Amino acid sequence: MNHRERPIHHLDIQGLTKRFDPSSPPAVQDVSFHLRTGEILGLLGPSGCGKTTTLRMIAGFTRPDGGEIFLEGTSVASLPPERRRIGFVFQDYALFPNRTVLDNLVFALHRKKRAIRKGKARDLLALVGLSREEGRFPHELSGGQQQRVALARTLAAEPELILLDEPFSNLDAALRESTRAEVRSLLKCAEMSAILVTHDQEEALSFCDTLGVMNAGTLEQRGTPEEVYLTPRTPFVAQFLGRANLLRGTARGTTARTDLGDIAIHPAAEGSVLLSLRPEHLTLQPLAAARSRNDSPRITSREFRGHDLTYRVAFMNQEFLVHTDYTCDLPPGSAVALVPRRPGVVLQEPGLCRRG
Amino acid sequence: MRSRGSAAAPLLLYLPPGLIALAMLVPLGYLVLRTLEADPTHLAELILRGRSRVLLGNTLQLTGAVVAGTTAIALPLAWLVTRTDLPGTRMITTAAVLPLAVPGYVMAYALLGLGGQNGLAASLGVPLQRLSGLGGAAAALTLYAFPYTFLNLRSAFLSLDPGLEEAARSLGYSPWQVFLRVTLPLITPGLIAGALIVSIYTLGDFGAVALMRFEVFSFAIYTQYTSAFDRSYAAALALMLMALTALPLALEARVLKNSHLARVGSGVSRRPRQIPLGWKMPLALLFVAAVLVSSVGLPALILLHWMRLQPPWAELPRVAAAFGNSLSAAVPSALVAVAAALPLAYLRVRYPSRGSRAAERIAFTGYAVPPLALGLAMVFFSLRAVPALYQTRTLLILTYGLNFLALAMGPIRNSLMAAPRNLEEAARSLGRSRVAAFCLALFPLLRKGIFAALTLVFVMVMKELPLAVLLAPTGFTTLSTAVFSRTSEALLAEAAPYAAAIVLFSSLFVGLLVRSESPHNQEPSDASGKTTPREDLSRAPLSRKTLPGNPLQGGAP
Repeated sequence: MNHRERPIHHLDIQGLTKRFDPSSPPAVQDVSFHLRTGEILGLLGPSGCGKTTTLRMIAGFTRPDGGEIFLEGTSVASLPPERRRIGFVFQDYALFPNRTVLDNLVFALHRKKRAIRKGKARDLLALVGLSREEGRFPHELSGGQQQRVALARTLAAEPELILLDEPFSNLDAALRESTRAEVRSLLKCAEMSAILVTHDQEEALSFCDTLGVMNAGTLEQRGTPEEVYLTPRTPFVAQFLGRANLLRGTARGTTARTDLGDIAIHPAAEGSVLLSLRPEHLTLQPLAAARSRNDSPRITSREFRGHDLTYRVAFMNQEFLVHTDYTCDLPPGSAVALVPRRPGVVLQEPGLCRRG
Repeated sequence: MRSRGSAAAPLLLYLPPGLIALAMLVPLGYLVLRTLEADPTHLAELILRGRSRVLLGNTLQLTGAVVAGTTAIALPLAWLVTRTDLPGTRMITTAAVLPLAVPGYVMAYALLGLGGQNGLAASLGVPLQRLSGLGGAAAALTLYAFPYTFLNLRSAFLSLDPGLEEAARSLGYSPWQVFLRVTLPLITPGLIAGALIVSIYTLGDFGAVALMRFEVFSFAIYTQYTSAFDRSYAAALALMLMALTALPLALEARVLKNSHLARVGSGVSRRPRQIPLGWKMPLALLFVAAVLVSSVGLPALILLHWMRLQPPWAELPRVAAAFGNSLSAAVPSALVAVAAALPLAYLRVRYPSRGSRAAERIAFTGYAVPPLALGLAMVFFSLRAVPALYQTRTLLILTYGLNFLALAMGPIRNSLMAAPRNLEEAARSLGRSRVAAFCLALFPLLRKGIFAALTLVFVMVMKELPLAVLLAPTGFTTLSTAVFSRTSEALLAEAAPYAAAIVLFSSLFVGLLVRSESPHNQEPSDASGKTTPREDLSRAPLSRKTLPGNPLQGGAP
């Protein structure tokens, strides 16, 4: 195949489908996406959305019912896991408890000549900063160290692609952030392509180059973290990734008539629409007593959070969530005006057209 | 927990374990005394003479054969029910535990009843020679004991993190390599534990080897004791057998000490992947059927066959009398064992220290000592020290209490560990004394464990043979001695109703064990946190933790 005419993606997933139980809906349904070399993709979704199943199908642990998996242009869907050259980092690390740290790595180097295995393993341990722990057993290491051994072991096998299944979920909060940064820089150093599965949106936003949000077995949206956060395509994506105020309106081009008045929308649309407004894209303006009416928006609660403030505002039988900075300090009970600072994002509603 | 737990125990609490230790060690001392009473040169000649070597060779051969046989049956069976898509695994698992209801000597009876002129095989038109010797003894013990290995391996397979095997696959290993290099090393503790239990049973077994007339230590001790005047040699043989039993125990402790096999990581463990058997399914089903037919179906069929040849009606009153005798030994024995186990378990769980661990170890020696050696020690002890006890039911009951003390400890210890310590502390801070706190706050939580312990010991005594043979007062016939004496005189039809009574009654024991597999009776789960329903089974009392026959139960913390 000619590379110039049609670029071969590093990993190309087409129509992946898996159904565990004939009586229930498929766990994964027609999932397609591709990955560039060196890209870190985050598959994000609530538990049971099919993200781990997707990952396990790519690794070869679960046999797909339909679809294709191409690695560097070659189909690997029918290969057993050991012949795919795809590394897997498990949620519980799956370190061999009966082998030392060094032996765990040596185990992964069985394709290399016996004489160089130990040296190679030590190089990798140095890379993850665990040279002094080589003689220890996994249970003698901290969670973060186990995590790094697992990564080093996966790298040792020189895979084309690394899959990470919620690898940070077993670390405590303090360790999680630093380990995440370390792992990301290790992957970037090695120019390794990777897919991370997580249900933690903060982790996905900070760790990944691109995101795929999954819901009920399908991939709802794919894009950079900014794209997905700022222009969610469905109500699910808007609410799963951060908080969102959903608002009905009637669109005419780039504006829409809503309960908050005529507001700018993006992209242009016609007719009835559902809009998403992030809490930080709203602000509050105090209403002079003369202009306030019984049905004006009213602050029902105020939460001081140090660097910002969170208000809940009741208006027209709906509750709006608003994040403001310290300059906007209003007592609960105040009548306010809700003012959007960015255009409302037009969402595709479930059951309506969905394009990949 | 540890720092609080190591507070010194009230000295009074050490009294019962001290007494138990005395009761255990003094008779064994008499065994040594009795041996040393013989003329030293005569003794040396006895021990070193050819017969001892033959006995040692035979014992090792039999043990090796039974360990190999049980592993060969249990390893594939455990793998099939835990890791493949074999249908009906729950039922198969239950059926595979059933052979425990058929004691070794009944299994030997069944194998004897298969061959020969009037055997089941002959009546089906396939004349078979009567099994005997090494082959017969090994077959009987293998068919009886393989469930122990099976259960150990099954829980080993279930507690195996399937992620480890998947990790090895993704690192480039083929399924067969993964089995050899990842799975096998990780289930080794299960293999060793199974082999240990099986070898201790084999070394201590008396019924099967005696009926199969295979000369091993325990059989020789019996013949020496009953037929010869030189009891010193019997005592020396008993000591040699004890030394031989210590060997696998030491070996296991050593192997397990140096291994790190527990799961690492606090992650949620996944359900193991079910390997599709595909075209190999019929082979797997054939294997399972063959195992179950020969271990469960065969004894049942043979008992029916002999009872049909000679209807047991005339024998029934005597069967009932023997049953009554067995009961009259089993009920007090269970009470004695539990009464002794309670303070011991309390001391061990609430005041973990070197002293309490030692006390517990001593309890376990009572279980690890081959029953014939223990029985002989009791005979010598009572003859010399307390002649009033010799040939009494009291001695038999006390010996059973010592022998099965370790068995009673298991469930009591587990329920004690599950009972929160601060319950007693709360009761004491509310103004109750230590004793009142124990009775009011703790005892109600232990009822279930105590009941389990009582049942376990009760049923084990009901089918116990070697101690009954040595210690039962003259004329006191139990079910087990009835089966033994009739079968050893080749009165197979006469033995059938007694054997059937034991099998029926022992099935109750297995039934209780299987019933306690329900999730409600779980012991506190281990560090791996969440469990799937399948895994619940692995922590149920059927696993090595409470199985009769694991003297290391209270071993390393």
